[in-house]
Amino acid sequence: MELLSPASLEEAADCVRSAIADKAPLEILGASSKRGFGRPVEAAKQLTTAAMSGIVSYHPEELVLVARAGTHMDEIAAALQEKNQHLAFEPPDFGKLYPGDDAGRNRTGTLGGILATNLSGPRRFKAGAARDHFLGFTAVNGRGEVFKGGGPVVKNVTGYDLPKLLAGSFGTLAVMDEVTIKVLPRPEKTRTVLLYGLDATAANAAMTKALTGPYDISAAAFLPEIQAQASDCDYVGAQGSVTALRVEGSGPVVEHHCAALRRDFANDLGGATEELHSTNSMTLWREIGDLSIFFDIDTILWRISVPPAHGAGVAASCAIDIPGSSFLLDWGGGLIWLSIPSDGGAHADKVRRAFQRCGGHATLVRAPEVERRKVQVFEAEGAKALTEQVKLSFDPERVLNPGRMFEGV
Amino acid sequence: MLMPAPDPNTLAQKARLAAALAELLPPESVIADPVALKAYESDGLTAYRQAPLLVTLPRTTAEVSAVLKFCAANQLKVVPRGAGTSLSGGALPLADGVVLGLGKLNRILEIDLENRCAVVQPGVQNLAISNAVLASGFYYAPDPSSQIACTIGGNVAENSGGVHCLKYGLTTNNLLGLEVVLISGEVVRFGGKHLDAGGYDLMGIMTGSEGLLGVVTEVTVRLLKRPETARALVAGFPSNEQAGAAVAAVIGAGIIPAGMEMMDRPAIHAAEDFVHADYPLDAEALLIVELDGPGVECNHLLNQVTEIVKANGATSLRVSESEAERLKIWAGRKAAFPAVGRISPDYFCMDGTIPRRRLPEVLTRMAELSKKYGLRVANVFHAGDGNLHPLILFDANKGELESAERFGADILKLCVEVGGVLTGEHGVGVEKRDLMPEMFSEVDLDQQQRLKCAFDPDGLLNPGKVFPTLHRCAELGRMHVRGGALPHPELPRF
Repeated sequence: MELLSPASLEEAADCVRSAIADKAPLEILGASSKRGFGRPVEAAKQLTTAAMSGIVSYHPEELVLVARAGTHMDEIAAALQEKNQHLAFEPPDFGKLYPGDDAGRNRTGTLGGILATNLSGPRRFKAGAARDHFLGFTAVNGRGEVFKGGGPVVKNVTGYDLPKLLAGSFGTLAVMDEVTIKVLPRPEKTRTVLLYGLDATAANAAMTKALTGPYDISAAAFLPEIQAQASDCDYVGAQGSVTALRVEGSGPVVEHHCAALRRDFANDLGGATEELHSTNSMTLWREIGDLSIFFDIDTILWRISVPPAHGAGVAASCAIDIPGSSFLLDWGGGLIWLSIPSDGGAHADKVRRAFQRCGGHATLVRAPEVERRKVQVFEAEGAKALTEQVKLSFDPERVLNPGRMFEGV
Repeated sequence: MLMPAPDPNTLAQKARLAAALAELLPPESVIADPVALKAYESDGLTAYRQAPLLVTLPRTTAEVSAVLKFCAANQLKVVPRGAGTSLSGGALPLADGVVLGLGKLNRILEIDLENRCAVVQPGVQNLAISNAVLASGFYYAPDPSSQIACTIGGNVAENSGGVHCLKYGLTTNNLLGLEVVLISGEVVRFGGKHLDAGGYDLMGIMTGSEGLLGVVTEVTVRLLKRPETARALVAGFPSNEQAGAAVAAVIGAGIIPAGMEMMDRPAIHAAEDFVHADYPLDAEALLIVELDGPGVECNHLLNQVTEIVKANGATSLRVSESEAERLKIWAGRKAAFPAVGRISPDYFCMDGTIPRRRLPEVLTRMAELSKKYGLRVANVFHAGDGNLHPLILFDANKGELESAERFGADILKLCVEVGGVLTGEHGVGVEKRDLMPEMFSEVDLDQQQRLKCAFDPDGLLNPGKVFPTLHRCAELGRMHVRGGALPHPELPRF
């Protein structure tokens, strides 16, 4: 398939206009690290942002970084690290989730790709998702016009908040070039308190107690025994399941919260507790965020977002209904990662039935192409007609990633 | 302020329309009496006034839906309204339009502490949410200065901020779900009690859309645990540059304070004369920094900030040792607007954001503009995020309104010129509508208006706000219409 690699917005606009004229839709790519996420795209050509790469400007004291969409995430992370800052939404590295055939691709993906998929990590409930840190952009819409949205500063309400709409739109509305993102200081210290041996229900209750208590938790996850054993961290796999509670901040406050957690939870649950300091703590949350302790190489993966107190209940109902499935809970119970054997299909009905009463949303994050074609990968919010109209308002000829999110959109 | 020309046919049918709406709603929920309508003629931007054709005050989502369906069927313009505290004229009525007041949808429907959220109707006041969960130790974080009056529905429409939004985010970062009625009358739900529903982020685009896309009838907000303690520090500096450098150094040290506010000399004096907050009158700039969290955290960070402030040349420094002292430090800042109101018959509160490093230059050029227009200006500044609130002092009775408007426009153009934006938290409304081309190209604005067409194809929701030129959706949808300088000379431009 022909691969277009525009180096500027003007060149990208030319590509889109040709696509319209030739009625030849484009598949939009960054580093192809998450190409298996979403429905298969029916396109005649591919367009990559690879040549639109590099950090444009970075003002740490303004909390703003501008980079081109094709910039690799490891380059962004390194630049921020140097100034002791980071992306607070903890963008996950799903490189291992989608083993690709094209050798040499960058597995950490691009900044544009992280924004287009609106991914976030364990800190989501406290710090927000990619959407919450996406301030502005320049892009080409599906009419082949260069336009911009949002703004260059952290606080802005001028016009519609188009970055929100582009976040998570999987390249179906526009091809981005320069993006402006909010960056934040890295926490000085990180520690994680581990509670051993709880079942999912008790773990969910413990996470709810921690999150409604005075501990300023920045991540809370539950790993059933089999997942805990897969961790490379000392102390994590030793004693059955693990419920992990993370605190971050300056030295004194981290110590204060850890002590309070160990005091309050040991009494309550009678089980053993342990404490991970910075290095181990960071390894564990990387493993959880990137799912490296979780999936087998060929399972189907669902990402299920529910009201956090309902996580264990929804996960249990999926586990009963779908043979061979396994799960882990993140976001204090609000995020269920469900892994199911690929030979029995995606079981979309059973998954979505599981949260019918409490409300929620399930996204099919990984599955064989045939399943992704058959199953609703996303659920259209509100009126389906509205989703279609929004798509057409940016891309009336449907030349940008057609079908990636919804059939016919 | 030029608004879309009223449709004479609609004006002529007022009695019939009022009667028909009274069939859909209880009679007391439809206001047609000219005297009663006067109460709705403006919002917080009182310089502009216009009585609406009619006011409707529905009590339920079903009634909102019925009103919108009726308006769509009769091609009636609709102006949604919360508490009417908008500072940008977002709720300014239209002579041939129906004001849709959401004040009667004022119940807190559910408080769900386990899931750390509350489900409320749009007419609930911002502060009422925090008050309802006070005893359980929770609160709703965004705190616009009008929070005792403004409603959550209006906060969603304007994506309101507040002094704590550097650390805790704007409205958009604190929402989980919305129920929205479209102009067709259709009721749709976005999100819920869970995070990040997939599909297009329609909740994100509704937030801050200034009543142009739909009418919010239910809001699910995130509740946060109330910080155990908060302490504030106030420091005086001999120059704006030094105060600005101190702010950059605090953030550079990796500290994101709960609040970080600057005031310039005129604002310091106005506030001090009014509330006697013990501000240093010899200072050119005043910096207030608030830290929150457990006691150990506050003390630890406060020590760091104190050192930074001293190192950057603070000539005075006071740290709160009690809640009373903390409130006193804030009293002057919180009273800054009324304090300016006291020394001037009228004032405009502007709202631009700039990259903070450009602050000294912006203040210098603002002082030059102040001389040029012969009008005084005082500045309060959300320093952490670069959101500047210049207060322009004028006397409308002396015919200074127009120069004040021009002065304000020049300030906002300056904000854009140095790499900032027209509005940080007050919204575009009618106030900054005609300045939109300073920041956005025609293509940019057309794309935004095309998005509006996806929600409101007949352009009935709050027309005349945000966009300087009203396009018909059919025109916007057409491809490659441009070519001449002014492709549609017949379209209304304001």
